[in-house]
Amino acid sequence: MYDIIAYEEASCIEEAIKLLVANPNATLISGGSDVLIKLHEGRMHDAHLISIHGIKELSGVSMLEDGTIVIGSGTSFSKISKHPIVQQFIPVLGEAVDMVGGPQIRNIGTIGGNICNGVTSADSASTLFAFNARLEIQGPDGVRTVLIKEFYKGPGKVDLQHEEILTAIFITPDNYRGYGGHYIKYAMRNAMDIATLGCVALCKVKGIHQIEDFRLALGVAAPVPMRCTETERLIKGEFFTEELIEKVGKTALKEVNPRTSWRASKDFRLQLVEELSKRAFRQAFKNAGGEQ
Amino acid sequence: MQLKKITFKINSKEITIEVDVRESLLDVLRNKLHMTGVKKGCSVGECGACTVLIDNVAFDTCIYLAVWADGKEIRTIEGEAKEGKLSKVQQSFLDEAAVQCGFCTPGFVMSTTEMLESGKVFSKEQIKKELSGHMCRCTGYHNIMLAAEKALQPANKHGSECHGKCHK
Repeated sequence: MYDIIAYEEASCIEEAIKLLVANPNATLISGGSDVLIKLHEGRMHDAHLISIHGIKELSGVSMLEDGTIVIGSGTSFSKISKHPIVQQFIPVLGEAVDMVGGPQIRNIGTIGGNICNGVTSADSASTLFAFNARLEIQGPDGVRTVLIKEFYKGPGKVDLQHEEILTAIFITPDNYRGYGGHYIKYAMRNAMDIATLGCVALCKVKGIHQIEDFRLALGVAAPVPMRCTETERLIKGEFFTEELIEKVGKTALKEVNPRTSWRASKDFRLQLVEELSKRAFRQAFKNAGGEQ
Repeated sequence: MQLKKITFKINSKEITIEVDVRESLLDVLRNKLHMTGVKKGCSVGECGACTVLIDNVAFDTCIYLAVWADGKEIRTIEGEAKEGKLSKVQQSFLDEAAVQCGFCTPGFVMSTTEMLESGKVFSKEQIKKELSGHMCRCTGYHNIMLAAEKALQPANKHGSECHGKCHK
């Protein structure tokens, strides 16, 4: 049995917030693939759980009239990767979340949980950084939105108060229309592993040879997911060449700050940053319609 | 102790049962409903031995709170054979000798069943990916792959005469 001392189930977002306000020590549980494992491993005790597992309004993908894509925070990874809107407009996000854990984990794990854990290895996070995703957060005082890059405050720390709930993720059309993308997860094995490094590139092409816009985001290259803004600035407007690919790898190296962990050394991660940035750029350029 | 009454369908039979909020669905299935075909392996969603179909989707029941099963439809290995006749997936596992100790088999069968019922065509690589949430300590996976491929191949292509030879 799990070390749970109290369990409450919210039927809607407002109720969940009320329960959070009333219980300062409570923990939200959505899919449970992180919370229940923490409990099992004894990293969490006497849990007071507030379940948002069954809240329908938190689950699903839709598109607003202006083309903004809305992903409910409680949407499972497999629902995201199988969703026609994701497949048509932001396929790279579907590819990224399709690399989380294994199939059963993707059926239960949610994108909101992935982000709110605040870990740099979250497969969805780097891609959402590249898309300049905006997060909708609901609390007792109403709704606020925050850019994903401002949401991450440090390892395991996010801009979320105890009484607040991440409800939705927004990706506006100017951030995905015309972009081709590619995500690479490097891990020791294909399934059931956490990224040693995650790398996503988005590319918009002018004509077929020139880079109109370029975005490069990395996970596990710093304490929190990050964008390589200097590299992006240098690549924008340039013509695609082999030298430019080399430049992406070399400049990205100067922006990152990976650490040595039991999963991989800093040196190895630096090597991955250089190589994966180049590969992701090359494929994203191709996916955006570019030709060498 | 906090109890909650839940109602769900298990292998087409509706039941109402009182569960402890601290219980995983795995423990309720095994200890209260005596469905020991649902195996308890790692308890952290890594080995897939406890996989069942919930509303026809594969889930690890070890990291699924029992209270969440309220209103759901659950299928376990116990309900797959109908009137003594094995399901197509079970028969494939038997034909291909995809079993050694058998501990992982119910989970593999349930995930393969989900794939079969999706109506999609799967490549060998896709089958591998779809079964990657399961671990087996003894078969070496080769026969499991053969069994899954056999169960998932379109019926009109080889029919029942194949005996697994066609995909070697």
